[in-house]
Amino acid sequence: MQHTISVLVENEFGVLSRVASLFSGRGFNIDSLTVAPTNEENLSRMTIVTRGDDRILEQINKQLNKLIDVLKVIDFSDGSAVEREMALIKVTAEDESRAEVLRIVDIFRAKIIDVTPKSYTIEATGSPLKIDAILDLLRPLGLKELVRTGAVAIGRGAKGWKG
Amino acid sequence: MKMNGARIMLECLKKEGVDTIFGYPGGTVINIYDELFGIKGINHILPRHEQGGTHAADGYARASGKVGVAIATSGPGATNTVTGIATAYMDSVPMVIITGQVPTALIGNDAFQEVDIIGITRSCTKHSFLVRDVNELAGIMKKAFYIARTGRPGPVLVDLPKDVQIAQTEFVYPETVEIRSYKPTVEGHPKQIERAVEMLLASHKPVLYVGGGVILGNAADELTTLARMLIAPVTTTLMGLGAFPGNDRLSLGMPGMHGSYCANMAMTHSDMIVAIGARFDDRVTGKLATFAPHARIIHIDVDPTSIKKNVRVDLPIVGDVKDVLSKMIRQLKKSDEKLKSFVSGISAWDEEINGWKEKHPINYKNSSSIIKPQYVIQKLRELSDDDAIISTDVGQHQMWTAQFFQFNRPRTLLSSGGLGTMGYGLPAAMGAQAAFPGRQVITICGDGGVQMNIQEMATLVQNRLPVKIVILNNNFLGMVRQWQELFFEKRYSQTCLELPIDFIKLAEAYGAKGFRATKPDEVENTIKQGFAHNGPVIMEFMIAREEKVLPMVPAGASLNEMVLNA
Ligand SMILES: Cc1ncc(C[n+]2csc(CCOP(=O)(O)OP(=O)(O)O)c2C)c(N)n1
Repeated sequence: MQHTISVLVENEFGVLSRVASLFSGRGFNIDSLTVAPTNEENLSRMTIVTRGDDRILEQINKQLNKLIDVLKVIDFSDGSAVEREMALIKVTAEDESRAEVLRIVDIFRAKIIDVTPKSYTIEATGSPLKIDAILDLLRPLGLKELVRTGAVAIGRGAKGWKG
Repeated sequence: MKMNGARIMLECLKKEGVDTIFGYPGGTVINIYDELFGIKGINHILPRHEQGGTHAADGYARASGKVGVAIATSGPGATNTVTGIATAYMDSVPMVIITGQVPTALIGNDAFQEVDIIGITRSCTKHSFLVRDVNELAGIMKKAFYIARTGRPGPVLVDLPKDVQIAQTEFVYPETVEIRSYKPTVEGHPKQIERAVEMLLASHKPVLYVGGGVILGNAADELTTLARMLIAPVTTTLMGLGAFPGNDRLSLGMPGMHGSYCANMAMTHSDMIVAIGARFDDRVTGKLATFAPHARIIHIDVDPTSIKKNVRVDLPIVGDVKDVLSKMIRQLKKSDEKLKSFVSGISAWDEEINGWKEKHPINYKNSSSIIKPQYVIQKLRELSDDDAIISTDVGQHQMWTAQFFQFNRPRTLLSSGGLGTMGYGLPAAMGAQAAFPGRQVITICGDGGVQMNIQEMATLVQNRLPVKIVILNNNFLGMVRQWQELFFEKRYSQTCLELPIDFIKLAEAYGAKGFRATKPDEVENTIKQGFAHNGPVIMEFMIAREEKVLPMVPAGASLNEMVLNA
């Protein structure tokens, strides 16, 4: 099963490689990983999308917690979080397909951020499922290039989750 | 007072109470060695190889319970420590390894003798630090020692660039250490402990399955008290040997691949396994699907990742084993009535276990014409001091030692259990002897593995460390040969060492002494001569070449599918 895990880490030298090599060294999967500073100084937040059965996910959580530079780990498996992802998508857009691309962009409330006579570059934001959906529609028209950020997640409700 | 980084590092060691370090000089640590010159309060031992130095620091730590310290120069010096670090990591040994590094400005430029040692050791250290500013050095050293010794202990590497060693600053050693992202759980959860005691008292066939954590956590006394209160049998893993007296009636010996029949049968038939500082290693469990099919499992460990990693657990308790065991004992004292009825009900289980013990005790067939290795081990036990420290290398001799040398006290067996590192025995004994100059220290090795760090003979002689080196010489890489015999139709591919080494001459070449026994009736005298000599000694025993370690659970088989005599 797919899980989204947030990890709050100290901004120490080498912390990203510690987390990444934990996953590769123990044979855990990473579907996506994002990392950036938080509003608290010295802290960064990683969002990792991973897969595995309950036993593996329990190990992933524990092993992450065991890393000295990891402050907190939250497993957002149970729909307790809002997830968003952004994709930059370059599609072929010539003659008759130009209008079709624009229609899809409109339906998904995406944006055109670069235009040439032969292509559109689209910025799409939404849940990972929504990104998958727009890609499914655009793919037959000719995907030239795709960049996805990977999901970021934040817990639902009023409570803020800090260090 | 203002000092340079090299000096600060050494002063930090003193503040941590370090009296002995093992190190090897080189370009990027030359400033440390300059500061070390004539320093008081630190005994520096120069091994002949950085691997030897690192294992020595490990042996020092395992024997004494203190943090072991090793120093190496950058590049090849650092890479030579990797096997030693990985060995310590797998067995949770507290160590701090200081490596020199090229100057900060050159890092990443493929400078002379530059390696990314932090990257190389990332997966075999508990943590590591690159010191980039001399002002951070004292704080990092404090953290390194704190991390190494607390929680589940382990090796911590501090990579110290040359320019940081030269830079000057005021030396202030922090009084306290606070790492907000590192807070190992020490106290066991009281409710869980209460439930554990209830579960335990409701069982009929309990086994205490004890690992190295009990030794690392200094909880041997608590364990012994608990076992005797419950009259519960105790099986100790290789790493746990000595945590419970091997000569006690309740001791079952080792479980697993080369464990005793009674320990494996007890695990298989138990209805309650209490795992204490043990991690259900595959060498212990055998085939997981059939492991302890009737048992509920309570697992006590300081490291949450050990729990439920390999087997299902009915009741986990995360915490320091000493704390948890003392609380369990207190709880038991409060449940007096229940304890009484539990104890009175345990005799059936006791009988069952004794039946297994009698049916297939750990045994061997002695001979009057050829030296049996098991006989040598028994004689060594008989003739050595009660508090002798034994290190082993890796192979058949290691298993014979575990089976036949009865370990009665904690920290008297030093052996590479997790990594299984050949070449560990001799330097580990060297470290233990440095920690306890007055005690008898014996290393038991094979003729293969002893050659992997034989150069440390020189260190022993030079530093007057009177380690007794026992070589069980079968002229084979015996353990691999045994597998080839049993599972590869005796195709002895590259396991015959062929060239016989004259270990007596070798000892003499290093300025030590050598004794050899070729017949059973020479064994006792050889040991006596070796023990009587007051310097380092090699005692070589020409043993039955194709003797096997038995019983054996073949890899991947169930614990009750033991090969008892093949
Ligand atoms: C560094 C290293 N290389 C290889 C092995 C694999 N190995 C395990 S036991 C063994 C044989 C050891 O032979 P010896 O030291 O003569 O001891 P014996 O088994 O004969 O007692 C080997 C090669 C190992 N454990 N460690």
